[in-house]
Amino acid sequence: MKKLIVALLLALVPLLVVASGGVHLDDADIDVGDQGSLQRGAKYFVNYCLSCHSAKFQRFNRTARDLGLTEDEVKENLMFTTDKIGDPMNIAMDPENANSWFGVTPPDLSVISRARGVDWIYTYLRSFYLDESRPFGVNNMVFPDVGMPHVLWNLQGTRKAVFTEHEGQKVFQRFEQVTPGSMSSEEFDSAMRDLTAFLSYVAEPIQLERQRLGVRVLLFIAVFFVLAYLLKKEYWKDVH
Amino acid sequence: MSMLKWFDDRYPLTKVWNEHLAQYYAPKNFNFWYFMGSLGMLVLVNQILTGVWLAMMYKPDASLAFGSVEYIMRDVDWGWLIRYLHSTGASAFFIVIYLHMFRGLLYGSYRKPRELLWIIGVVIYIVMMATAFMGYLLPWGQMSYWGAQVIINLFSAVPVVGEELGVWIRGDYVVSDATLNRFFALHFLLPFLLAGIVFVHIVALHKVGSNNPDGVEIKKGPKGNRWSETAPADGIPFHPYYSVKDIAGIAGFLFLFAAAVFFAPEMGGYFLEHPNFEPANPLKTPEHIAPVWYFTPFYAILRAVPSFAGSAFPGVVAMGAAIVLIFFLPWLDRSPVKSIRYKGTLFKVWLAIFVVSFILLGWLGVQPATPVLTLLAQVCTFLYFAFFLLMPIYSKMDKTKPVPERVTK
Repeated sequence: MKKLIVALLLALVPLLVVASGGVHLDDADIDVGDQGSLQRGAKYFVNYCLSCHSAKFQRFNRTARDLGLTEDEVKENLMFTTDKIGDPMNIAMDPENANSWFGVTPPDLSVISRARGVDWIYTYLRSFYLDESRPFGVNNMVFPDVGMPHVLWNLQGTRKAVFTEHEGQKVFQRFEQVTPGSMSSEEFDSAMRDLTAFLSYVAEPIQLERQRLGVRVLLFIAVFFVLAYLLKKEYWKDVH
Repeated sequence: MSMLKWFDDRYPLTKVWNEHLAQYYAPKNFNFWYFMGSLGMLVLVNQILTGVWLAMMYKPDASLAFGSVEYIMRDVDWGWLIRYLHSTGASAFFIVIYLHMFRGLLYGSYRKPRELLWIIGVVIYIVMMATAFMGYLLPWGQMSYWGAQVIINLFSAVPVVGEELGVWIRGDYVVSDATLNRFFALHFLLPFLLAGIVFVHIVALHKVGSNNPDGVEIKKGPKGNRWSETAPADGIPFHPYYSVKDIAGIAGFLFLFAAAVFFAPEMGGYFLEHPNFEPANPLKTPEHIAPVWYFTPFYAILRAVPSFAGSAFPGVVAMGAAIVLIFFLPWLDRSPVKSIRYKGTLFKVWLAIFVVSFILLGWLGVQPATPVLTLLAQVCTFLYFAFFLLMPIYSKMDKTKPVPERVTK
């Protein structure tokens, strides 16, 4: 019986080895509990993303409440397309127009971080490089031939990718700065970390409350288990 | 008491209570594995309750379904909790039922006189799979959509009538709004059918009595215990002994369940798959389509069998056979003893091979098919079938140990 259990546990080992493929993703290392980070991320989101990408399942007043902002602060700093605080984060752009401009309708970003993962988003935002063969003159290392221009170029500046040849294959080496942006490399990474944190928050606004409540629920069940176990022992005293 | 008598004269209230709880004698040596039955019922109730509440807010419409799930997650009071209880509950249901079935394998709970009990149990498992499959379409994400597409295409692989069959199931030529709407209707109906079969399962159990880790028939042993002179000596009343024990088991289960609900509702993409957070797009096939974890062993068997003359039908037959074989277990096992405690090395080795193959198949079902992995899946498929089909031989050859007269501690 014990041998059987050991054999079963060993059989589970391959399940732990997750096959990874494709481009290396950088660790996003976000802190969704950091309200300052979320507020900065929200600012970048509404300024740089929200003109083409909606977050239509998220309401402005929910964002205000969760990010510790007053409704007036949100109205002044984050709301450009509507003046109703209960409205979702929609965009004014017509999806059909968008399709003819970009070749694809920019996807809604409400739950994008749950679909792609935060590491992917953090790396994607920092992986644009100059590529003359593309319509907008840029390409992306984790999303090849992406339909989106590098909207953050004035922050990051422009970069080119350096490749080496390896057995006839182009292998990516590193990025090289071509023109400087308004932010240093570290500042830009930090800004993108904030933006990623905000996208993670937007994908599941309840996540912080969920864990806080979870601790209390587990404590309650633990106490209940002890009582239930003692009750069982009491009843079973006379079973031999 | 006169109130109770009023009822008893008109309805067998006390009689049912006694026959199925207070004077229903279960073997006193149940171990950990015997929690799974009551846990299965608990999870079924959880699924039905949370499901009914989700249905109050959910929209079974291809253009609204995905958004209505996000509406539940954000705007409905406690909607996120109800949804996570339901989505985590689906996986928990399969975990509990797989352990429940494995308990049957360990202790020979399917052997005479419990063959019908086992068969009813396998029917429950199949209805559960149908329910889970239809429920998985409802969030209308990419994996919902393409998973359903792949599984329904299996029916289309049936020769001659396949095409018609596929259209009949979908109500359309592709998975569409019509499919979503009927899957919602059936996903709402099936759990009640499931509850009905569970009732029949318990009626059958109480007719023959529970097996136990020793595989000893307590009804054939000596009679007389503290509660009754005619009851089996090794039996104890289900209530209060097992009712209080099951409450402790439920508390232990709820701890793990709540840990998943509150801290890992996606369970690293196994309970909620990442691509399912992208709305269904009939024009964009995902790179890699994998069903949810509880279907993957059978999906791996399907892929392992090579197609014949361009038809995937042989794989479909193998997948069906892998499930149908479970029905025949009571007649495949020819061992003179029931429980693994008294079975020999041969049976134990085969059981270990089966478990390893089944888990490996489950893992392979989520991996992209490469030549090496396909070969591994073929080996595991072969071993899966060998476990069942060779059982009449090795269970008979196996050197068993003597079974005690009475149950042991």
